Formats: sequence, C-alpha cells, structure tokens
Amino acid sequence: MPPRPVPPFDFDRVTAARLSRHYGRRRALSGVSTTLNAGELVGLLGPNGAGKSTLLGLLATLIQPSAGSVLYGDRPGAEAGVELRARLGFLSHELQLYGELTARENLEFCAGLHGLDDGAGRAGAALDRAGLAHRADDLVQGFSRGMRQRLALERTLLHDPRLVLLDEPFTGLDESAGRALAARLCALGRDQRIVLLATHDLEAVEGLLDRVLMLREGRLMELPLGDAPLRERYRAALTFAGAPAAG
Amino acid sequence: MRKDLRVESRSWEMVSTTLFFAVSCVLVFSFAFVRGGQPVDGAAAGILWIAVAFSGTLALGPTFDRERHHDALRGLLLAPVERSAIFLGKFMGVVLLMTAVELVVAVLVALLFQAPQITQNPWIAVLLMLGNVGFAAVGTLFAAMLVRTRSRSVLLPILLYPITLPALIAGVMGTAALLQAEPNLDLARMWAALLLCFDVVFTTLALWTFEPVMTE
Repeated sequence: MPPRPVPPFDFDRVTAARLSRHYGRRRALSGVSTTLNAGELVGLLGPNGAGKSTLLGLLATLIQPSAGSVLYGDRPGAEAGVELRARLGFLSHELQLYGELTARENLEFCAGLHGLDDGAGRAGAALDRAGLAHRADDLVQGFSRGMRQRLALERTLLHDPRLVLLDEPFTGLDESAGRALAARLCALGRDQRIVLLATHDLEAVEGLLDRVLMLREGRLMELPLGDAPLRERYRAALTFAGAPAAG
Repeated sequence: MRKDLRVESRSWEMVSTTLFFAVSCVLVFSFAFVRGGQPVDGAAAGILWIAVAFSGTLALGPTFDRERHHDALRGLLLAPVERSAIFLGKFMGVVLLMTAVELVVAVLVALLFQAPQITQNPWIAVLLMLGNVGFAAVGTLFAAMLVRTRSRSVLLPILLYPITLPALIAGVMGTAALLQAEPNLDLARMWAALLLCFDVVFTTLALWTFEPVMTE
C-alpha cells in the first residue's frame, strides 16, 4: 500500500535558537543560533569533530537537541513531524543507498516512501540528471563513490525539498561532476530552496556560497565577507579562534 | 517490506540460513530424543518451539542490518510516514519469514517425532501464528534498539529470551496439550488466549516506543 500523500507544509526560513547537544559530558554543539533563509546557499565549515554533522542531524530532525529549538517557518520541528519530513532533503556523508538494489530501484523506493506520483518517471529524469541512465538497472554496490554520490544527491532532491542539507556533497566527484553539482546548487538557490552544505572542499565552493558559517568546538560563528579566497578567510578565522587550520 | 522481499529474492540469504538452522536443530534433537523409533513423550512440542525461537532469533538479527549499511536507516527515518509504519514493515517481514520456516519445521517435527497432529490440528497453526506475532514484535523492537550497538548479535538473545519466555512457554504448553493421546482443546485455548494477550500488549508497546527509540 503506497503512503498517503502528505498535506502541504512550507516555510521560508529555518531558525535555530540556542541549540545545544551533549553526548554525555561532551558538548557537540553549544548555544548555536542562526537563521537560514529561502534562496540562500550557506556553507558550514569547521575542523573534524566540530559538530557539523550534529547540526545537520538536528536540522533534519534526526537528533533531538539537549537544549534550544529549531523553527521551520514559525513551527517547531517536533510539531510538524511527517509534514516537515516531506519538505526535508538530507544527504549525509554515508549515502543512504541500498547496494543490493539497482539505481532505478533506489530512486523508485524513495519516490514510494514520499508518496510521489509517477515514481518511475521521476526516477528516470533523476537518472538522466545524474548521468546514470546507462547504468540505471545495475546494482548500486558496483558503482564508484562518485557515481553513488551523484545518485544519492538525486535521491535527496527527488521530492523537491524546501530545506536541503548536504554533508560533504563534493566527495568522490571528478571535475566535471563537481562543476555540475555547483550548477545544480546555484539552481536550487534560484528556486528559493534553503541550502546548507557542510564541506572541507573549499575550492569547490569558492564563489558559490551566499554566507559561510564556521563551527569550532560546538560554537558557531559567521565568516566575514571579503575579497580574499575562502581558504584564507577560513584559516584566518581558525587562527583567530586558536585552532590549527584543517580541511 | 516490498523492498526487503526484493533484496531477499536476489540472495535468499535470510531464508536459507534460517531454514538451514531450524532443520539442523530439529535433526539434532531427533537423534537425542528418538530411541528405537519411539520419541520421548512430550518432546515434539518443546522441540518445535525451540526450533521456532532459535531460527526466529537468527531471522531478527539482520532485520535492520540492510538499513545500517551506508546509513540507509536515516533515509527511512526521514521519510514522511509515521515511524511506526517502518516498524510494521519490518515486523511483517519477520512474521512472514518465521511462518515460512515453520511450514517446513512443523512437517519435519511431525515426521521425525511421529506427531501427525502438528500438521493436522488447526489450533497448532493458531498457536504458532500467535507465537510468531509476539516474538516478532518484541524482537523487531530490540533489533531496532540495538542497530547502532556494536555487540548487537550478543545482546539480542540476552534481551529477547527473558521477555518472550512467557510466549514460548504458552506455545509449548498449548502445543503439548494438543499432542496428548487425548487432546485437551480447552487447555490449548487458554494458552492461546494468553498468547493473544502477550501479542496485544507487546505489539502496542513496540508501536508506541519505536519512534523515541529511533530518535538519537
């Protein structure tokens, strides 16, 4: 039985208010506050273990905050539930694909979960966009990392989410696939999506982002705008914050 | 569940291992409890349910494994469906697998332990089905709870058997009542009612607790 269509719910901003998450005594995030607006491409930088994946998990409603809250438009995430999940797209570092299914089956399975009309048609179009139409009926376990990354991105965007959360989306992509992803991200911004992407690949996102946030030891700061290359601004911010440059 | 069935139809991994284990279990017991062509009195009921419990545990282990690989579980949890629907899909898959295994095991026990009533008395099928539901409800919840745990294969039986023991005892006692020379249907019905209560309580609890269990 296919899932029931979910009633429409939409929002034009996501607001994190004094968001904290503790794992035992360790503070993964500490009092993080920010607002992400529709049409914005926001980068999330920070050394390993800074709390980037935790923040993405919290915004994706997969992790409960220890303190603070996230508002989607004016509604708290806990209230919106199923309606909110229909508007979220989350590409984690692990790609959430089933290796034992073909590329087409993975996309059709996702379309079925979201109760989308014409799942087969949407899957076909997504395979074309990913440049994987010729491998549509091959098992995903035989794909390279870059191919899986492209497929996973299309799976994330299959249901036209309003909030797009991407964790290291450039991993494994060759130069042309990286350029295609950058163009896709720009198109998402123009389409009034809210995009937050965590990355260490600073060259790939140079000139692409509207704003850059940086996490260090669970605390969030905004990287100042400037003409200097992103890597230099990031290093300067890390040095100012007293950490060795990474990424 | 359809996705799991499709994956399983390509490898037959869970069906073959569970079935092989259940059949081996019954065969080993038949060597111990059938002497001179005569089975030990009352052994058939116990062996049938031991095979069901052990093979059921084997089936439960990998229930969420496919979701654990490449973090596919997060993809499922992000789907705009009630999270209890994910539980129900997995639960029905386990019940289906256990039922398929029981079809073979019941025939084998009936043959080796000279208990043809096992395949003829519909109340034994009722007891087995009720037992499946309770065992799978508790087991699916524990398998989900342990999916992020490193020693889940050790912890699953440790958690599962104490909780499901009442269901297993009810199954054994009910089946034994029906395998007597003079089948005691009233007694079997009483044990079936107990199994039904177990199923209702634990399926409700599992549906209720699945969402908080899966949220980090």
